[in-house]
Amino acid sequence: METNLLDNIILKYQNPSGKVLSILEEVQEKQGYLSRESLIYISKNIKVPLTQIYSIATFYSFFNLKPVGTNIISVCMGTACHVKGAAEILNNLEYLLDVKEDEITSDGKFLLTTQDKNFSLNVARCFGCCSMAPVVRINEKIYGHMTINTLPKILKEYGWIKK
Amino acid sequence: MKISSLKDLDAVKESVLKKLVPLDTPSIRVGLATCGISVGGNLVYEEFKKQIKEKNLNISLSKTGCIGFCKEEPLVNITIPKRGILILHKIEPEDVNGILETIINNKENFDKVLCRINTWDHIINGIIDYGNGFKDIPLWNELNFFKGQKKIVLRNAGIINPEDIEEYIAVGGYKSLYKSLKEMSPQEIINEIKDSGLRGRGGAGFPTSLKWERAYTEKNSKKYVICNADEGDPGAYMNRNEMESDPHSIIEGMIIGGYTIGASEGVIYIRAEYPLAVERLQKAIEEAKFYSLLGGNILGSDFNFDISIVKGAGAFVCGEETALIASIEGKSGRPKPRPPYPAQKGLWNKPTNINNVETWTNIPVIISKTGKWFSNIGTINNTGTKVFSLVGKVNNVGLVEVELGTPIEKIIYDIGQGAADNKDVKAIQVGGPSGGCIPSNLFNTSVDYNSLTKLGAIMGSGGMVVMDQDTCMVDVSHFFLDFTMDESCGKCVPCRKGLKTMFEILEKIISGNGEEQDLIILEELANTVKKTSLCGLGQTAPNPILTTLKYFKDEYQSHISQKICPAKICKNFIEYTIDTNKCTGCTVCAKQCPVHVIDGSKNKPHFINQQQCIKCGTCLAVCRFNAVSKIPKNKV
Repeated sequence: METNLLDNIILKYQNPSGKVLSILEEVQEKQGYLSRESLIYISKNIKVPLTQIYSIATFYSFFNLKPVGTNIISVCMGTACHVKGAAEILNNLEYLLDVKEDEITSDGKFLLTTQDKNFSLNVARCFGCCSMAPVVRINEKIYGHMTINTLPKILKEYGWIKK
Repeated sequence: MKISSLKDLDAVKESVLKKLVPLDTPSIRVGLATCGISVGGNLVYEEFKKQIKEKNLNISLSKTGCIGFCKEEPLVNITIPKRGILILHKIEPEDVNGILETIINNKENFDKVLCRINTWDHIINGIIDYGNGFKDIPLWNELNFFKGQKKIVLRNAGIINPEDIEEYIAVGGYKSLYKSLKEMSPQEIINEIKDSGLRGRGGAGFPTSLKWERAYTEKNSKKYVICNADEGDPGAYMNRNEMESDPHSIIEGMIIGGYTIGASEGVIYIRAEYPLAVERLQKAIEEAKFYSLLGGNILGSDFNFDISIVKGAGAFVCGEETALIASIEGKSGRPKPRPPYPAQKGLWNKPTNINNVETWTNIPVIISKTGKWFSNIGTINNTGTKVFSLVGKVNNVGLVEVELGTPIEKIIYDIGQGAADNKDVKAIQVGGPSGGCIPSNLFNTSVDYNSLTKLGAIMGSGGMVVMDQDTCMVDVSHFFLDFTMDESCGKCVPCRKGLKTMFEILEKIISGNGEEQDLIILEELANTVKKTSLCGLGQTAPNPILTTLKYFKDEYQSHISQKICPAKICKNFIEYTIDTNKCTGCTVCAKQCPVHVIDGSKNKPHFINQQQCIKCGTCLAVCRFNAVSKIPKNKV
């Protein structure tokens, strides 16, 4: 990310309450992930040790340290979704996208990206849409009442091609 | 525009009341909380907008929040002058033309009508009369879902426009702030809260007045108030709706709290998964500032108070107050031992008062109606109402607000109308990963802090997930432990290692290698983790295990001794087979199978290669001839 863009983001957050989280969140929003260079730059400019920044970036599940796919699919694994079969939805998505759980990254985060970088798959704790369980979010859009049957159709909207 | 007197407030109230109760223009409101939007509410809204413009109609269109009946969404409120409000349900863009035609032609024969509202109690400003027509339609509170509910927290949800501060003022909003600032001393406010008996709605149930008093008596020129909107319990979404449907009620509560303890700054810590709630709160803050209800010299007084929003980043433990504070300060969210309590040393080491979203929304009501009024709702020591998110395998899913002390059976069977798909309710899970599972034979228990704790569960923030006979309780425990183990911050050993070990024992049981003694170790370990962990997460994480062991031990035992999962959920105990008599050889399952392990030629019965089957259930879901079934596996 270019330094002037980072400067603009840093400037926006003057209130010490929530400053570090907000900066990292906005950088990730713009960049898709937190690159090593961005973290070093932020650390120097807001005078917070890089170790602390790295600690935050790895502690919170929201942050990615690696580039992500064009479309991010999050399967809700909340209780209501779980009892309505979210595990089967996730399992199916792994096979449809041809990504497997044993590829969990070294930073301990669950984020699986397809070879063509079109999709990244992860799990979410709860979107608060429990009345429509099971729920899957693709980018900003929430899909409720998911079934194994409807998955391929929805994926096709985002350029998925069946093998 | 500045509001600095009661006269100003009343002037706004009078002038905007006609937005809510139109004198001559019909109005349409589309329920647009996250739940309504994701089932297509926004498409309905856009279609109304388009057609009203195209046809140049004299009909007003606006948004509203969610009235709680999520099963029936998208919901649309039609207000016809003098006749009242009709709530239409399951509306699609195709219905829009018909609805508009019916309105224009001054007819009443709407399709998809759910119920009518003639009067609505907005609590603070009392009852508003919306009109007295539509007598053939059932009243809203004649529906099973609403009958037996009492709306105090959700007093405005699904009726007013959450993005319009004037409508909040029209239903009595910010009147309690005026009363607090101009007519009450901080001590009087604390006394009023004390009289109300209000207890923290985040789950632990600590008396709110005690928290406030502690922060108030601390001598410090800088203090903070925080709204804990990090609603992390999976299966719970009351707070999301409260923020999306009535954001000003939270902001008003926080300003009153700030004035009472002597704080000049407030922070709303909200989870990142709720973008719409963030947007509506941000808008509400700006509007409140515009009217001088927030910022410098509030309501013309010398009291200054500002609110900022901090978004969380996906850590469940940040719902714990000391971890939440660490997170705002730019650290990893790891809890600290208490004391010192946040009331003494909180955010940036200053006295801080933290309350949950729902606690804050109750404050304006208590100030306006008095603590004594509030204390008459609910039962002794458990006053007021609580909103529950009734979800899972229940007929009427949605947000349910009941008086504390209501029996569980009333919520599940009367309001919720029992299990969906003609099945039987086996249990409910309350309180999320910190709570427990309550079997159906104990559903006469009343919902209050003390009774639920006695059963080994907790009230928690209000998640209520219904489970039927197809839910495996061992799998549920496994699910929650997977969650809490993953979300443990790793600071203290009992939580970090204890939960992991418990999880491994459960993995052993569900993989078919469980032994009788595992249950003894599991229980012992659960009790140790409960007693020795540092914060609420570890202290309550064993609850799902302990309650399922207590009430559903037979399910554990059949996994261990008979190697059977009674609910046919645990994959190692089941297999999928195709009935050769029913299979027509249509090849759909073979085509859909993600691992390509179904063999068979066209028009001939198909077979599943059991060794390679991943048991994803796709074949069962896609078969149109009921030929696929899930059966217990013979040998593990």
